[in-house]
This record gives sequence, structure tokens and C-alpha cells, in this order.
Amino acid sequence: MKAKVYVTIKENVLDPQGSAVQGALHTMGFEEVGKVRIGKYLELNLNTSDRAEAEARLTAMCEKLLANTVVEDFRFELEG
Amino acid sequence: MKFAVLVFPGSNCDIDCYKAVEDTIGQEVDYVWHTATDLSGYDAILVPGGFSYGDYLRCGAIAQFAPVMNEVVKAAEAGKFILGICNGFQILTEAGLLPGALLRNSGMKFICRQTPLEVVNNKTAFTSQYGQGEIINIPIAHGEGNYYCDDATLAQLEANNQIVFRYAGDDHNPNGSLKNIAGISNARGNVVGMMPHPERAVDQLLGSEDGKRMFTSILNAWREQHGAAVNG
Repeated sequence: MKAKVYVTIKENVLDPQGSAVQGALHTMGFEEVGKVRIGKYLELNLNTSDRAEAEARLTAMCEKLLANTVVEDFRFELEG
Repeated sequence: MKFAVLVFPGSNCDIDCYKAVEDTIGQEVDYVWHTATDLSGYDAILVPGGFSYGDYLRCGAIAQFAPVMNEVVKAAEAGKFILGICNGFQILTEAGLLPGALLRNSGMKFICRQTPLEVVNNKTAFTSQYGQGEIINIPIAHGEGNYYCDDATLAQLEANNQIVFRYAGDDHNPNGSLKNIAGISNARGNVVGMMPHPERAVDQLLGSEDGKRMFTSILNAWREQHGAAVNG
């Protein structure tokens, strides 16, 4: 089974990288760009076929290591 | 008094911390590798700066699960003195020993320069040799020193007097940190984390010796606890 994990900075936390990219896009003429948020994308191959167990364990992985829940949110998708 | 300086793969301020203890207060000090499973012989633990585990994923994210960190948690519970500097501060927040998190600097740049700091709380074991509100010069060197916590945590920090240092001076906030926070303690006061590097400010040849008094403060606090003679 394959997991796709998305980690993003919480909405109420400033994202300096996103602000810098937004500024660059405006400079380039892409004025339509509003807020830009930068996050992380992780792919994990899981040796399990138990979907419910995979979800519970992925949540634990995200809470303990993959995301810092003080400043980041996470979500994931399971395939296969 | 016996100090441990933790060493993770990628630590690069461990030697500075070791020398600072040796040169400023002349106490026993050991390097302790990240795989160590016993810190019971130490009175103070320094978590040094650097780029532990390459700062992969997030600063301090991987280091928080090094075997030695279980012992750091035990030492914190036992009331021993724990000081995390720069990457050490990031590791202590990731490990949950200190509240909040360190984000990317608001200006996106790695900043390495001398910075005036205000001693906001001189009642801690780490700052008793400074005056309340004293401005000291200590260098910073980081790309992720932008302290953040939620409103409830900030209210707690303020109510318990857990803000130890703030950036001071005209150009007073180098990294966008909340309320100019440069260093905080836990509620009990025995764990302190700070982005500036006192171990790099222990001799005029280095540009400042204002960091010395952090080390003498720790020694005095330990002596007071152990009924030994205290230095002025």
C-alpha cells in the first residue's frame, strides 16, 4: 500500500517561504496570485494490506515525527 | 559540578560549549554521544548548536528520538539544569521539553552576527548573575530562529515569567520571533532554550564576554542547591 502524506504550515502561522515565492511571482507578472503556502509531500510504501491499521499508524507517524503539530497540519491519502 | 555536552551527528558547537565550561568555571565536562543511555552522573546538560541529522525534515525533528533524549527527559524531571542553544533549543521544543516551535527566519536569510539581548528574567538558575533588564551582547547564527507559540502558550509564558531573553536594540528583531523572544524556560525553570550562543561570547577576543555569566550562574545555582560556597 502506498501513502501520500501532505504537511502544511497552519493557516494562522506565517510562512516566510510562501511570502517570498508570492513576491517573486508578482514580480514576474503573475499578479493573480494571492497567498502562497509551501508544505512538504512525502511518499511512504507500507508493508500492510490492513487499511484501518495503516490509517491509525500513519496518524501516529505524522503526530510523532512527520509533522510538528504546534505549527503544522497534515493529511494523507492511501492507495492500493 | 559535572557537565555533559551532548553530541549528535551534525552538532558543531559542542567544542565551544565544552571549552566555555572549562574556561569560564573550570568544572568537569564530558562529551556525551547521542547513543548514551545514562546521564545520571551529570548535574547539567548542554544541548549544543549545529545541524543535528542534517536538519532533515525539520530542525531537531530526528534528534528528538536519539536514545540520549530519553535520558534528557529523565534529567529534566529530576530537576537537573538543561540548556539548549540554537539547534539545542530546536531539539528541546521538538522533544516537548519546551513549548512552541522555531520557524524559518522571516527574512529567509541565515543570520550570523552579534545581537543585543535583554535579560527579561534574572531569577533563573541560568541568569542570576545578570541584572534584571540588563542588555548583553551575544551572537546569533541561525536560519530557523523565529520563535512561535499559540496565544494560550504565550499567556502562560508571560504569567509564569518563562521568557528569559528578548532581542533588544534598534534593529531589535532579527528573525520575526513572537514578542522578540530569544530564549525561554520551562515552568519549573530548570530547562532553558535560547537561539543566541552564550558559549561564543566568553572572551573579549571573541567580541564579547557577556556569555560567561550564564555559566557562572549555573555553577552558583548548583552550589546553592548543594550548600557549597557561592561566588559573588
